[in-house]
Amino acid sequence: MDIDLITQVLFAAIKTGTPLLFIALGEAICEKTGVLNLGQEGMMLMGAVVGFMAAYGTGNAGFGLLGAMIIGMVMSLIFGFLVLHLGANQVATGLALTIFGTGLSAFIGSGVVGQTITGFQPLSIPVLSDIPVLGKVLFSHDVMVYLAVLLAIIIAFVANKTRLGLTIKAVGENPNAANAIGIKVLRVRYLAVMFGGAMAGLGGAYMSLVYTPMWVENMTAGRGWIALALVVFASWRIGNIVLGAYLFGLASIMHLVLQGMGWSISPNLLAMLPYVATIIVMVIISADKYKEKLLAPRSLGKPFDPRQMA
Amino acid sequence: MSETLKNQSSRPRLELLNITKQYPGCLANDQICMKLMPGEIHALLGENGAGKSTLVKTIYGVVAPDAGQILWDGHEVEVKSPSKARDLGIGMVFQHFSLFETLTVAQNIELCLSRSQLHSIGDLAERIRDLSRTYGLNVDPDRFVHSLSIGERQRVEIMRCLVQSVKLLILDEPTSVLTPQEVAGLFTVLKKLSSEGCSILFISHKLHEVTEICHNATILRGGKFVGDCEPANETPATIAKMMVGDLAEQDAGYEKAFGETIVFTANNLSLTAKHPFGTALKQINFELYKGEILGIAGVAGNGQEELMSIISGEDNRHLKNMLTLDGRDIGTQSAGLRRRNGLAYVPEERLGRGAVPEMSLSENTLLTHSRGFVKSGLVNWKALKEYAKSLISQYSVKCHGEFSEAKSLSGGNLQKFIMGREIGQNPKVLICAHPTWGVDVGAALAIHQALLQLRDQGAAILLISEDIDELFLLADRMAAVCDGHLSPVVRAEETSIDQIGQWMAGTFINESEQQEALA
Repeated sequence: MDIDLITQVLFAAIKTGTPLLFIALGEAICEKTGVLNLGQEGMMLMGAVVGFMAAYGTGNAGFGLLGAMIIGMVMSLIFGFLVLHLGANQVATGLALTIFGTGLSAFIGSGVVGQTITGFQPLSIPVLSDIPVLGKVLFSHDVMVYLAVLLAIIIAFVANKTRLGLTIKAVGENPNAANAIGIKVLRVRYLAVMFGGAMAGLGGAYMSLVYTPMWVENMTAGRGWIALALVVFASWRIGNIVLGAYLFGLASIMHLVLQGMGWSISPNLLAMLPYVATIIVMVIISADKYKEKLLAPRSLGKPFDPRQMA
Repeated sequence: MSETLKNQSSRPRLELLNITKQYPGCLANDQICMKLMPGEIHALLGENGAGKSTLVKTIYGVVAPDAGQILWDGHEVEVKSPSKARDLGIGMVFQHFSLFETLTVAQNIELCLSRSQLHSIGDLAERIRDLSRTYGLNVDPDRFVHSLSIGERQRVEIMRCLVQSVKLLILDEPTSVLTPQEVAGLFTVLKKLSSEGCSILFISHKLHEVTEICHNATILRGGKFVGDCEPANETPATIAKMMVGDLAEQDAGYEKAFGETIVFTANNLSLTAKHPFGTALKQINFELYKGEILGIAGVAGNGQEELMSIISGEDNRHLKNMLTLDGRDIGTQSAGLRRRNGLAYVPEERLGRGAVPEMSLSENTLLTHSRGFVKSGLVNWKALKEYAKSLISQYSVKCHGEFSEAKSLSGGNLQKFIMGREIGQNPKVLICAHPTWGVDVGAALAIHQALLQLRDQGAAILLISEDIDELFLLADRMAAVCDGHLSPVVRAEETSIDQIGQWMAGTFINESEQQEALA
């Protein structure tokens, strides 16, 4: 492989990993407060279609992002109301949200299938982008790639260094105790769920505005599910999530490259590569079972009803 | 402590007027009045279910009363939430601690403070170290809570209140999880706080503690105020009478028995914990003789749960040559096979382990009692129901009938049922954890009699409890666990509460290490 090919592969890997990074970051925060939202795929598809339609209608990709975030939050609010307010089962409600989002996005997007827009243009960072190889790989991306990285840094800082981060962790570990010391558990969970929704919307919008600037039914192709797995295998650590997302991106690209190089392996087997590689690496990272149990939000998936206290 | 309060004449810090709280099917608090002066240590006494917890939760804003007033420093207040209570200067240490195990001590304390409080404190870690020195609490701000013992966690909870400079500290059964030595340390802290003007509301049912440190006591029974007293002028017996009414005097102790034939042995149990918060077992050896009760004392979380799940087979690691029953190695047998070979087990957790909450009592009977009631895979429901009914009447379990769901029973009644079910299998060995925890006096007496009867029929009983008094009452031989070590096993009449208390704190560990070094 020559240096140009390597540069291209790494560049594409970062792009491919970016939507995953958005969703996984949102879901990580959501799960840290103890709420498991399996509706990622549905929220992502809704974000993709609404983002695309908003950008198509206004001609401004920025409105596309905004629309995607809003629809993501609306979807997550439906989920939040059902599981937080009414105490519905989180797993079943999340699955329903995915099925709902898949169907609804196909329905409302049927009119714009095949249309194209101009998405975000690459934004080369001056000076840095002139560095050979690295400049191309890291500093010649569109604005959303930088946004994802920036968000990851901010979220890692908030989660580990601030009182808000402590509050989130406390709610996820022991909502009863959190309630007893005066933390508004449901409010924290609602906000986290909505944050997850907005991030899933952004992840979806990245697919339809940047990655392939068009809308195709079911275009996320299971990335919402991969993100869910990624969060668990990364043991809710932001750094690991970033690593895992880009690793998935790299493996996805590798399978195209290997196919292009004429490897005589069944393309179906190669298509498994990104999933298998990501899972293996994440399992190795989180092999210390003892430590992992300390990191998992202990109330994950369990409803909390402040009225049933005492 | 008989010194009178200096500021008896000033107005009360807290006054409760006619507090009433109705739960479905139970009047938890019925027009309760109470008064607390600054610097007073006030005991709230009563049996389980007397309404003590509901009352303090009302003060702390966790429970909203249906009627009644709360006066704070003479002004009527509405305590809508725990954070409102903390703003007023009320702090509470719960029976089941409300700490976050994955956070450090300092982080746990920080979460409880408002921004302005945090700001005025400045360096929180330094402040914790300061207070720790002043009150002798020995709390390290940088440690993670999951690495702390129960006693240390309680000190963190107290520290959490101290950092906020509370004026009223509520402690819900603070001594039930402590070794006698730790209790003494706690009392020193409480006395110091009281002398500085902090009021303390102290829930307990250990009467000798109440007479030792409390200025005044309020006694509740069945949700009603039944009287108050100055504990210094009373004896534990007179207070007990007020608590339980005229009934039941505590038995002085039962006849001891000693077996000669070994029926069960545990050999060199050294096992790592399966759970990150668990305790590893270290070189545990003991044997059980036919017709005796071996009592194991210890503060919760020192390896009791691990020991029990290993003996019962719930922990399914293969333990060759470590456990024998009737001379046979049962270490590699499944829990079910061990049961069929004569081992019965009453776990600490009644709902979820001892019984399936959603299943009826007769179905729950079937779970451990399948032999007689199942023929070629079919359940003989008629016989099963009859048997469940007989258990219900024999142990006077209060419930609607054998069709009642296990979760509909109160803790004590369910415990009687589970004990009955296990004893009814005529086990060779019964392992039994906290048999009378949360059980009223009458039921406890029934459970004690059932255990003694089983012993006299020749069964060996391993009794694990945190209640030293009960162990001394029932056990023929005794030992203590601390941090996964088992102390020497001695005859109950040859030891004392003091010695067992020291063993619970781990003094024997050094002794045995020294002996090893000498040998």
